[in-house]
Amino acid sequence: MRGTPASATSVVRLVFLARLREALGTSHERLDLAAPTTVGALRAMLCARGGAWAVELAPGRAVRVAVNHALVADDIRIGPGDEVAFFPPVTGG
Amino acid sequence: MTVRIQTGPFDAQAEADALRDGDLDVGAVVTFVGTVRDVNEGTSVATLELEHYAGMTEKALDAIVDEARARFDVRRVLVVHRVGVLAPGDPIVLVAVTGAHRGAAFDACRFVMDYLKTRAPFWKKERTPQGERWVEARVADDDAAARWSGPPKGVA
Repeated sequence: MRGTPASATSVVRLVFLARLREALGTSHERLDLAAPTTVGALRAMLCARGGAWAVELAPGRAVRVAVNHALVADDIRIGPGDEVAFFPPVTGG
Repeated sequence: MTVRIQTGPFDAQAEADALRDGDLDVGAVVTFVGTVRDVNEGTSVATLELEHYAGMTEKALDAIVDEARARFDVRRVLVVHRVGVLAPGDPIVLVAVTGAHRGAAFDACRFVMDYLKTRAPFWKKERTPQGERWVEARVADDDAAARWSGPPKGVA
């Protein structure tokens, strides 16, 4: 379990890759979360920014999320200092 | 080193030779080389650009190799994956596996490729006469990876 004091800010690093990076026009950003959150809630928050964010991160779109380089599900909690990456389904090999 | 990401080409035979070097009880060396096709979805492809998520890629491939070694009775596993701009005919990926016998080596090689296709953070962008486009993930790749779920096979 992560210990996050209620008073502490929760700065995370967001990373966007491949088609998402191009569509959103950014490869990364630092985000100060007001409160601890989950992957799914963070995605919904970014989606609410509107424009390309709303299109690319819409609930129906296939988006994969990795926290600290490991693929995770929507209910995973995000803690201070985490790197959260959003990307389309992979197409290597 | 069991996984490598690089922009330059690789010599599959030299990699396979190095992988089995000194292991005189190895009876099987299986290699798979994936190459760039000049056509996809009915459109000709001029070049392919491969992007990856540096930092995660190595961890994801290491995890896949570890899983293969746990599931199959094999000796060594190597994955080399290229990134950057590639042309039709260029090799993209090499998976090499050594083992005492061919069955486990074949299975492990296929397992690594199937998992790599769905779990390793690489993305392809094609340049075609109609412009650039990101390659879409294929359901067939998910099906191929799902084939390996359930109890481990190929160890018997």
